[in-house]
Amino acid sequence: MGIAEFARDGRVVMGDRPGAAVVAAVSGFLLLDLVAKLAGTTVFFLGTRLLGGSLTVGSLLSMVVDGLLVGLAVGLAGIGLSMTYSILDFANFAHGDTVTAGAFLGWVTAYTTAGLGTGAPISELFMLNSGRQLSTVSTFLPVLLGLVVAGIGSVAVVLLVDRLTYRPMRNTDNISLLIASIGVALALRYLIAFVFGTQTSGVASGGLRVTLFSMISITDNEITLLVVSLLLMLGVHLLLQRTKLGKAMRAMADNEDLARVTGIPTERVIRLTWILGGGLAGIGGYLLVLESGTISFNFGWILLLLIFAAVIVGGIGSIYGAMAGGILIGLVDSLALIWLPSGLTRASAFLVLIVVLLLRPSGIFGGVSTA
Amino acid sequence: MSTVDTVRTRLDALPDVGLVIAFIASIWAVMLVLAIAVGGANWANLAAGFVGSVTVLIGGYAILALALNLQWGYTGLFNIGIAGFMAVGAYTTAVLTAPTDPAAGAVPGLGLPLWVGLIGGMVMAAIIGGLAALPALRLKADYLAIVTVAFSEIIRLIVNWDGLAEVSLFGVPFGTGGATGISFKSANEVASTFINGVGQPIVAAAEGVGVSGPNLANLTYGILLLLVVAASYWVLARITNSPFGRVLKAIREDETVTQSLGKDTRRFKIKTFMIGCALMGLAGVLFRGQAGYVSPQQFRPTITFYVFAALIIGGSGSNTGSIIGAATFSGLLFYLPARLGENVSLGGTRAPGNIIDAVAGLGSLDPLPLLAYTISNVSTLRFVLIGVVLIYIIQNQPEGLLGHRNEPATSVSLDRAQSGSGGETDE
Repeated sequence: MGIAEFARDGRVVMGDRPGAAVVAAVSGFLLLDLVAKLAGTTVFFLGTRLLGGSLTVGSLLSMVVDGLLVGLAVGLAGIGLSMTYSILDFANFAHGDTVTAGAFLGWVTAYTTAGLGTGAPISELFMLNSGRQLSTVSTFLPVLLGLVVAGIGSVAVVLLVDRLTYRPMRNTDNISLLIASIGVALALRYLIAFVFGTQTSGVASGGLRVTLFSMISITDNEITLLVVSLLLMLGVHLLLQRTKLGKAMRAMADNEDLARVTGIPTERVIRLTWILGGGLAGIGGYLLVLESGTISFNFGWILLLLIFAAVIVGGIGSIYGAMAGGILIGLVDSLALIWLPSGLTRASAFLVLIVVLLLRPSGIFGGVSTA
Repeated sequence: MSTVDTVRTRLDALPDVGLVIAFIASIWAVMLVLAIAVGGANWANLAAGFVGSVTVLIGGYAILALALNLQWGYTGLFNIGIAGFMAVGAYTTAVLTAPTDPAAGAVPGLGLPLWVGLIGGMVMAAIIGGLAALPALRLKADYLAIVTVAFSEIIRLIVNWDGLAEVSLFGVPFGTGGATGISFKSANEVASTFINGVGQPIVAAAEGVGVSGPNLANLTYGILLLLVVAASYWVLARITNSPFGRVLKAIREDETVTQSLGKDTRRFKIKTFMIGCALMGLAGVLFRGQAGYVSPQQFRPTITFYVFAALIIGGSGSNTGSIIGAATFSGLLFYLPARLGENVSLGGTRAPGNIIDAVAGLGSLDPLPLLAYTISNVSTLRFVLIGVVLIYIIQNQPEGLLGHRNEPATSVSLDRAQSGSGGETDE
């Protein structure tokens, strides 16, 4: 069920818990099945197909690329969720709708600027339904502008939400904060629906398709997602390593009161957490729409559980964990198609989430808190 | 703050049953006034329609809120997989009771009587709940939340999967119907058979004042649901006032202390979780499957959060509060705004199709287009309202309307010892 990847990490298999042994056995079986499928052989046992089938290397690679792309965007969005989880100590159910808000702000900007000279009515451009499909190659500047606005816009949204909702409740328990975030999620999602409607709009499609190694086909929009998210992840890494912010965040995640008496300006660290996490969430959402081509008012909400899966698999509180967890969950979601019918692939990502929470709640990388 | 306090003082003055009846009656009165205001000559039929729909909503959410209150309000189990357990109950009932020889294109079931189906649905929801609880209850509250919501999505994806749409076991064909769903003999059908058979004089009388048969049947079904609410309330009150219930409250307050007093808290938690899930399964079929049809779309996680909103408004930890909260949520926040939006018109101003055209009116100092747009989209905006109410309550009145009645875990009153504290916020 797509757990093969995470078994490959090796750590899960270790330990003397029976659950881990089951996971290892299932993963081993799936891996064996994958090898048999790639080899094109089928093993029968008592007249029923035990494992094997057929799968070409090319389709395996394209699944890997798909999973990687979705995973990078999910990982980008997951950084913010992981940071608020460790620093403010609550599961933020409004994070998915932050992703949507950023994506809409960015796409309205990109779509409107790209369509300004074309004579399309402004209301059609604003509602993203003039029928035009943007791509990085054909409309580079609007897409870039949209990317920036997605980041800035979602930062503005989360700062406003924090000021109105979470800041008055800094000292309440984590379940109250979780419930407040459910309220924020509802309000934000349906405000977006009020402004932009509930339809799904097609806004982007690849303008240029390149074939790598004569096997992997990738569009310019997908390359943009790949490059931008890798650059941003590198940027986050440098920010946390080279500035005091990372250390301050770790200190706050560990013990907020102690951090405050040591002179760490906790409220400023919280604000920076929201800025960093919210901005990355908005950009992640924007890039995901660039890759998938469509946007609707609840796509972030639907994505939220996948983002949670990424953060929990990577270990709550770890930024590198969130990035790696995102890629891992993206791969699981995509590669599950090898073993499962297409209607159930999403369930495999959730299953991985549950299994990790039950067997290794600190995440598969051992719960090293990096920020 | 003071508004809630006034409401609370007034609510406290009434006995619980009177309180609930008065509350629901006043929501009915609001619907009646609305129907008279917009219905013209047809007001009686419109009123029956409004009151019937709102009663079904109140009944459905009240059962769900009571079930959640047992799990969360009494025992502190933060279950946000309600939609999944509802789906288990509804689908089990549907598969058990769907006719063996369905219409063309529909999925066959086992053709059992409805009562067998209802019991089967509750038992199955309890079993699945128990299986989910077995490993998950060790987890911290927020982890349990994520596990249960993921679990409910897995259940929805499984019933949505076309591989189970129609299967055959030992030569008996049945299935979930996949994404198209499954039709079965519903409790609603029973209500309308009843009203059209034994209740024929009532139907005749109602038609005399212009109330249509389907509206009357729906109203009957709503009242039937309220009877189920009353029965659930009675059962839950028995449970929570028993020694078993005292242990549950003790677990909520401090699980370690309860364990050190020799209680096997894990078993108590699993049992509670199973009872709550059985009720959720029942609500799944009676509420979501009221029209004799269930599909995976009806069990999205959003419904879980509506139940949470209802319970938090009413005050978790109080059974009466659960019902009041369900009535407030479904009557005043969910149903009323939508009907108002449909029936309020601004003279000749037609609502613009999108927000740009609506805002454009403001340029020429004409607020009417924006107002008309807002009114025509009020069914979207009510969810913003629900979100804002949820935030307001959790910030200012975390006890909800009646959560301060949160009963202590002891059997004797400790009021003197902790005077001034009206019950802690529970988790």
